[in-house]
Amino acid sequence: MPVYRAPVRDHVFVINELIQFEKYAEALGYEDGDADTIAAVFEEAGRLADEVFFPINQSGDEEGCKLDNHVVTVPTGFAEAYKTYCEGGWAGLTADPNYGGQGMPQVLGVMVEEMFTAANHSLFLYMHLTHSAAHAMHGWASQELKDTYLEKLVSGEWTGTMNLTEPHAGTDLGMIRTKAEPNGDGTYSIEGTKIFITAGEHEMAENIVHLVLAKLPGAPEGTKGISLFVVPKFLPTEAGEPGERNQVFCQSIEHKMGIKGSATCVLNYDGAKGWLIGSENNGLRAMFTMMNSARLAVGLEGSGKAEIAYQNGVAYATDRIQGRAATGPVNSNKPADPIIVHADVRRMLMTQRAFSEGARALAGEIALNLDITFKSQDAEAKQVADDFVQLMTPVAKAFFTDEGFNAANATVQIFGGHGYIGEHGVEQYVRDCRISQLYEGTNGIQSMDLAGRKLSINGGRAVKTYLATADALLALHGEDAEMADFVKPMLPALESLKQATQWIMDNRAANPQNTGAAAVDYCRLFGIVALGLQWVKMARVCIDTLAAGTDEADFYQNKLVVARYYMARSLAEHSGLLERIETGADPIMALAAEAF
Amino acid sequence: MKVLVAIKRVVDYNVRVQVKPDGSGVAIDGVKMSVNPFCEIAVEEAMRLKEAGKATEVVVVTIGVEKAQDQLRSALAMGADRAIHVTTDAQMQPLGVARVLQKLVDEEQPGLVLMGKQAIDDDCSQTGQMLAAILGWPQATFAGKLEIDGDKATVAREVDAGLETLNVDLPAVVTTDLRLNEPRYIKIPDIMKAKKKPLDKRPLDELGVDLGPQLTTTKVAPPAQRQPGKKVADVAELVSELKERGLV
Repeated sequence: MPVYRAPVRDHVFVINELIQFEKYAEALGYEDGDADTIAAVFEEAGRLADEVFFPINQSGDEEGCKLDNHVVTVPTGFAEAYKTYCEGGWAGLTADPNYGGQGMPQVLGVMVEEMFTAANHSLFLYMHLTHSAAHAMHGWASQELKDTYLEKLVSGEWTGTMNLTEPHAGTDLGMIRTKAEPNGDGTYSIEGTKIFITAGEHEMAENIVHLVLAKLPGAPEGTKGISLFVVPKFLPTEAGEPGERNQVFCQSIEHKMGIKGSATCVLNYDGAKGWLIGSENNGLRAMFTMMNSARLAVGLEGSGKAEIAYQNGVAYATDRIQGRAATGPVNSNKPADPIIVHADVRRMLMTQRAFSEGARALAGEIALNLDITFKSQDAEAKQVADDFVQLMTPVAKAFFTDEGFNAANATVQIFGGHGYIGEHGVEQYVRDCRISQLYEGTNGIQSMDLAGRKLSINGGRAVKTYLATADALLALHGEDAEMADFVKPMLPALESLKQATQWIMDNRAANPQNTGAAAVDYCRLFGIVALGLQWVKMARVCIDTLAAGTDEADFYQNKLVVARYYMARSLAEHSGLLERIETGADPIMALAAEAF
Repeated sequence: MKVLVAIKRVVDYNVRVQVKPDGSGVAIDGVKMSVNPFCEIAVEEAMRLKEAGKATEVVVVTIGVEKAQDQLRSALAMGADRAIHVTTDAQMQPLGVARVLQKLVDEEQPGLVLMGKQAIDDDCSQTGQMLAAILGWPQATFAGKLEIDGDKATVAREVDAGLETLNVDLPAVVTTDLRLNEPRYIKIPDIMKAKKKPLDKRPLDELGVDLGPQLTTTKVAPPAQRQPGKKVADVAELVSELKERGLV
C-alpha cells in the first residue's frame, strides 16, 4: 500500500522560518499573513491532501476516465473530492475577494499546490486549470465577462481549461487554424479542433469554461495573429446560470502513459459561440499570464512527486529485509536487515530528500516574489521580484520535473522488481511525472527560454541581479566558521554558473546553435546552484535556531545533515555541466542530417 | 440550550511515540499535537446540534499549556462560538479535569456537556463519568447516536453486546464514540473567523479548584521486544519445550 503524509512541518519551516513571510505580510496588504494562520492553513491543506486526495490516487489510475457519447466519466470518488475541495474554499484560496476569493498570499497558494498534486496529480489537474483560467480572465477579460465568469470559477462551481494545441500545432502556436468569425453582435463563432485539453469534459462541475486561441478573419500570420476567446460549454443565461448547450463537444479522450484519472480531450468547435478576451490579435499575451502560473504549478508536480516517491522509498526501505549491512547485522533477531542499511539505498533516499526540501524552499522564494510582484507599492522592488520570477519559472518547471521524475524512478529502483508491479503503486509516479516534463512547454523549450530569451531580455538584467545576490549571500555567511561547510562548496558551483552564463552570452552570436546546444545543461546547472543557495539559507536558519534553543532539535539537526549531503553530492555535478556547455554546438551538429 | 464541549490536546494519532530513556513518560518535545480524535467528534456533534437548531451556543474548553490554544482555535474554526482556556503547565488527571469542568459548568450553566469518551494518550476514559458524578447529572457514555428532544436526550451507546439505547434528562454529560459522526473539514474563511472569536484565558490557580488526590507515575516502559520464534520438529518436542519454559 502506497503512503503519503503532506510534509506540513516543512512547509511551515519554509514560509514561517526561512522566508519569514510575516515580515512582508503587512506591507503587501495581507492581513491574514501571520505565522499562526499560515500554519493553520497548511495543516488543513495537509489533511485534505492526506484524507481526500491521496486515497483515490491509485484507484483513479487503475480506473481511468471513460467517454460515452461526448460525456466523460471521471474515476470513482473524484467528484466528491472535488466538491469537498470547493466547499473548503480552496478553489479561490488566492483569488480576488471581490469575486468570492479568499485573497490569501501566493506563498500559501503555491505551497499547498505541492501537497495536492503530490497526493493526487490527476485530480488536482481539474483544479489547477480552473485556477489558471480564472487568473487569465482576471487579468485580461472585460468587466462584463469577469462578472459573468469569475465568481463561478473562483468558487469552483465551473471549471476552466486552456485550449492552445491543435493536431499540427504544439510548440509553434503560430500555425493554429481554429477560426473565429464575428457574428455581428459582439460574439464570435468558433470552428476548429483542439487537442490535449486537460479537463476538457467531465460532469463534476455544472459548466466548463474553455479559453481558446483562434484566428480572426484576415489576422496577421504567425503568433501576432492569435486572439483569445472564452467559450463556455453551456451558454450562461441572463441570470448567470448554465443555459443552452454550446457547440463544443468532446470527440475522444487520449489513452495515456500516466495521469489516467485526468480527462485529456479532443474538443471539436463547430460554430461554438465565444467572446473575445482582451483585444484582437493579442491572445498570446493573455495566454502567457495563464501559462506562467501554470508552469510554476507544473514544477511543483515534480517536487511533489519527489516527496511522495521519497516517502514510499523510506517506507519500503525500512520494512523490506534483505541481506545484511556491510558493517555487520543490525537486526540479529531477523533473518536479514532492512535495506535502508545499504549505502546505495541511502544514496537514493538522500538525493530525493535533498532535492525535495531544496525545491520546496525555492518554490517558497518564487511564491514570495509573486506576492511582491502582485502587491508591492514599491516599483523597484516589484521589478526585481518580477525579474526573479521570470528567470526562475523555466528553472522550476524543467529542473523540478526532471528531478521529480528521477526521484520517482529511484523509488522504483529501491523497490526492485516489486516497484515494477502495479499494485505497489510506485510505478504510477514515474508514469504520472513523465507528463510534467512535456506539457506547458517541454523541458527543452523551457531551457531554451532560460538560455535564450531570459538571458537576453533587458541586457540580461535578471541573471546579473541573481548572480550578484548570490555573491552577496555567500560573502555574508563566508565570515562565519559554522557556515563554512555550506559556503565553501557553493563558491566553485556559483563560479561555474557565472562562467556558463558568460559563455552563452559570448558565443550565441558566433553560432546560433550554441544556445540550443547548451540550454538543457545550463538549466540543470542553474537549478543545482539555485537549490544550493537555498540550502545555505536553510543551514543558517537551522544553526541559529539550534543556538537559540528549541524543543525540535532533531528537525533542525537532520536538516543540517541533509544540507551537507547536498553540498557533498548533489552540487558536484556543476563542473561536468560547465565542461559540457563550453564544448558548444559543434560536436552535436557535426554529423550530417543524412547520416542519421 | 448552551453546549459545553471539553477537548484535549494530545500527540497526533499518526505519531509513533517513544518512551523517554529515563522511564518518566513519553517524549513529546517537538512532536505534532492535535485535538484528541474523540473530542473532535464531540465538537462536530455540538455543531450539528447547533445547525439543527437544538443548541444556541457552543462553548469549547480545554485545560493545558499555552500552545493548547491551537486546538481551541481549531474547534473555533469548526464553528464553536467561543473558547475557554484554563492555562496550566501541570500534568492533568481525570479527577482534576472533572473538578475544573465542574467549576466551569457552575459558571456557564450549559444544558449539555459533550466530551470524547477517552483521550488517545492515556486512554483513561474516566473524566466524563467523574464529571457527571460530581455534578449529580445523568451520564450517557460511548455515544454512537445522539438525539435531543426538549429536555431529554436519547443516546445509542456502543457496548460490547451491540447498541444500548438510553433516555436521559438534561442537563447531562454525554461522551462521544468513534462512529457518532465524521468531523468536517475546516473551510478557509472559518480559519480567519476563528481568529476573531473570543478566547478567554483562565489561569488554573486562579479558579480555586482543589484538584483532589493525584496518581503518581512510577515508571513508563515500552512493551517488551518480541523474541524470535523457534521451529519444533514434532508435538513431543513442542510439549517438552512448553514445559521447560513453565508454560504448561
